[in-house]
Amino acid sequence: MAARVRALETILTQKGLIDPAAIDAIVETYETKVGPRNGARVVAKAWSDPDFADWLKRDATAAIASLGFTGRQGEHMQAVFNGDGAHNLVVCTLCSCYPWSVLGLPPVWYKSPPYRSRAVIDPRAVLEEFGVSLPSDTKIRAWDSTAELRYLVVPERPEGTQGWSEEKLADLVTRDSMIGTGLALQPEAA
Amino acid sequence: MDEPVFSEPWQAEAFAMTVALHERGLFSWSEWAEMLSAEVKRGDVAADGSDYYDCWLRALEALLAAKGVAPAGDVDALAEAWQRAAHATPHGKPILLENDPQPAKPV
Repeated sequence: MAARVRALETILTQKGLIDPAAIDAIVETYETKVGPRNGARVVAKAWSDPDFADWLKRDATAAIASLGFTGRQGEHMQAVFNGDGAHNLVVCTLCSCYPWSVLGLPPVWYKSPPYRSRAVIDPRAVLEEFGVSLPSDTKIRAWDSTAELRYLVVPERPEGTQGWSEEKLADLVTRDSMIGTGLALQPEAA
Repeated sequence: MDEPVFSEPWQAEAFAMTVALHERGLFSWSEWAEMLSAEVKRGDVAADGSDYYDCWLRALEALLAAKGVAPAGDVDALAEAWQRAAHATPHGKPILLENDPQPAKPV
């Protein structure tokens, strides 16, 4: 595999289609700069600021961009809010579309065939495997991402966090809670 | 939670090349998603997703071959040259294509 990548790189560089320095910069961005901490800031702000939450509901692409997180593929974002007896779960049944700008690159299990097929067919069983048991009357909705539209789950704000700063709240927001395969951490766990 | 983003450097390079070529306008992201989807839907992919970047690379090769940018034969020949160069390079030294003991005609 490594030799084939080198071969492609050689051809593309010779044709002037890629610049090795730019490739290094992209790798560095995704390895160190873009990750679920971005999404956690979005969620914490939505928990603290009703106007922002409202904006996020109406136009997630713009609300998220206002914090400096924009997608590189021109994709649109939609925020789906847990609560009121509903739980949201994100999947990409087609391949592995994922909200890179707010969550970084997807975990291995997100890209695995079993998750991609079962999250839609039997989301409750999938959630159980992640250790998430929801009341039987909670509605579970699976959102199938595409190249143009990616989803961010806004988990419910845990009880006992009144008066917390956005920074402190963000520590409760895990990557999995923003995919929907987890819940936000309880205050005592942070 | 903190698994590495890429498990081997070539995965990072294949990923970054795709992002860079898209930004250059060589293909749309939907075109890319379609190619990747065809690869990850094959019956022989690993159930745990561990060969995801193998699929990614095959999709990128297929897309670049379809666009006429990097014909499969050229990639095969260069990959073999890289491999020969790697074998001929002493441990700890950087691998250079010039170290290929049987250089082919330049592509």
